[in-house]
Amino acid sequence: MIDSIINVSVDLWNWFPPGWQTFLEILGKIILIVLPLMIAVAYTTYAERKIISYIQVRIGPNRVGPRGWLQPIADAVKLMFKEIVLPTNANRFLFLFAPILSIGPALAAWAVIPFDRGMVLTDLDAGLLYILALTSIGVYGVIIAGWASNSKYAMMGALRSAAQIVAYEIAMGFALVGVLMASGSLNIGMIVEGQSGGLSSWFIWPLLPLFLVYFISGVAETNRAPFDVAEGESEIVAGFHVEYSGMAFAVFFLAEYANIILIAALTAIMFLGGWLSPFEGLAFAQGTWLAETSMLWFFAKTALFIFCFLWFRATFPRYRYDQIMRLGWKVFIPVTIVWLFVEAVMVVAEIGPWAA
Amino acid sequence: MNKFTQFVKSFSLWELLLGMNLTGRYLFKPKVTIQYPEEKTPMSPRFRGLHALRRYENGEERCIACKLCEAVCPALAITIDSEEREDGTRRTTRYDIDLFKCIFCGFCEEACPVDSIVETHIFEYHFENRGDQIMTKEMLLEIGDKYEAEIAANRQADAPYR
Repeated sequence: MIDSIINVSVDLWNWFPPGWQTFLEILGKIILIVLPLMIAVAYTTYAERKIISYIQVRIGPNRVGPRGWLQPIADAVKLMFKEIVLPTNANRFLFLFAPILSIGPALAAWAVIPFDRGMVLTDLDAGLLYILALTSIGVYGVIIAGWASNSKYAMMGALRSAAQIVAYEIAMGFALVGVLMASGSLNIGMIVEGQSGGLSSWFIWPLLPLFLVYFISGVAETNRAPFDVAEGESEIVAGFHVEYSGMAFAVFFLAEYANIILIAALTAIMFLGGWLSPFEGLAFAQGTWLAETSMLWFFAKTALFIFCFLWFRATFPRYRYDQIMRLGWKVFIPVTIVWLFVEAVMVVAEIGPWAA
Repeated sequence: MNKFTQFVKSFSLWELLLGMNLTGRYLFKPKVTIQYPEEKTPMSPRFRGLHALRRYENGEERCIACKLCEAVCPALAITIDSEEREDGTRRTTRYDIDLFKCIFCGFCEEACPVDSIVETHIFEYHFENRGDQIMTKEMLLEIGDKYEAEIAANRQADAPYR
C-alpha cells in the first residue's frame, strides 16, 4: 500500500517537465518558510501580551484554550470576519494595496536568511544588499497607507514614520557595512561562517557599538516602542492604520511582527553567529549536541532578541519626535562612522580578529 | 569630569539598563490578578449593592412610607405611593427604585428610621429588556426575604460604627 503510494508519487513527480520540477521545489520551500513564520508571528503576539502583562504584574490572556494558547487563533478568526471599511474619498486601490506592500518585503526578505548551514532558499552572493533593499521598501506600505486613507492622523503617522525610517536606515546601513568589513562578504552564509570559533569570535565583541546601533535602529525601523511615534496611540490615535479594519488591519499587524522576527533573526546572524554554537571548541561540550551547529541555536538567538523587543516595549516610555530625529542623525550616524574608521584602521594595521 | 561621566553614562546605556533591570525583576514577581468569576475580593459589610426591603420577624413589612428615602435620594431614583391600611397603619402601595438612576450612595439606607430599605452585597445582575431596571416593591421584598440572614448579620457587624 505505502509502496504503491510512493511509486505513484514518484511517477507523478517524473511526469512533470524539469522546469516545473524546479518551480514546485521552490514553491514547496517557500511554503515551508512562510507557514512556520506565520505561526511564529501569531505566537509572537501572544508572547508579547503575556510578557508585557507579566512585567506589569498581571496574568494576561488565559481564557481561550489551555493557558490562553488559542488566543492568537481566536484573534485571527475575529479579524477575518470583520468588515473592511473603506473611508469616503479614500483611494480604493492604494488603500488595499498598502498592506500588501507592507507585508511583501517582510516575507520576501526571508528568502536569503539561512536557518542552518546550507539551509537557505536562495544562496545569494549579494544577500546583505538584498535585505537592505527589501527592508527599505516596507516603508512605502506605511506611507501609502497614510496617504490613501484620506485622514489627518493617518497622514501624520505616515510622515513621521517616513522621516524616522529614512534617518535610521542610514545608521543601520552603516552598521551593516561594519559587518561586511569584518566578514569580507555580502553572502549571509559567509558572514555566519566568518564568526565560527565559539562565543569569543562572534562579531558582537569587536563590533559592540555597531551592534547596539543596529539593534536600536532595528527597533526604530519596525516602529516599535519606544520609537512608535508612527502609531502613537496617545497622540495620533493609531497613526497610519487608523482607518484600517478587519483583514486589512490584520495584514499590517502581521507585517509588523514579521519585521520584528526578521530584525531579530538578522541581528542573530550578523552579530551572534546565526546557527553557530556558543560552546564551539569548549572541552565540556566536545562531541555532544551542544557543540554542534544547528537550527536550534539560530532559533534560540532569534527568540532572545524578540524577547528584547517586548522587554523594551514594557520598559521605555515613547521618545519625543524631535529626540528621535536627534538620536538618529546626531548620535547614531556619527557613532557608526567613527567605529567604521576604527575598524578600518584595525583591519589595515592587522590588529584584533582580522589579522588576515 | 562631570561631562565625561555624563558621556560615558549615556553611551553605556546605563539608565536604560537600570530600567530594564527593574522591569526584568517584575517579570518574576507574583501576579496580583484576581481571576474574577472563580476568585473574588473580600467584601465589606458596608458594601452597597442591589437594594432590598426588609420585614420584621413576625412577617410585617418594616416600611412605614415616611418617604425620607425618597426625599434624600440625590438621583431621584425612588418613587413611593402610600395609603392607610385597614388596621390604620400607613403603608406603601408602590415602592419603585429605578436602577439606571440609582448611584448606590446608600443615603436611603441611612435615612430609613426603621432599617427597612437596605443595600445588599449583590452586585452581579443584569437586565435583558427595557423596563426591567425598575425594581418594584414585590421584587425588593423578595430579595429582602431571601437574604434576610446575611443582611441582618451585616447590619450587626456595622452597628457599633453607626
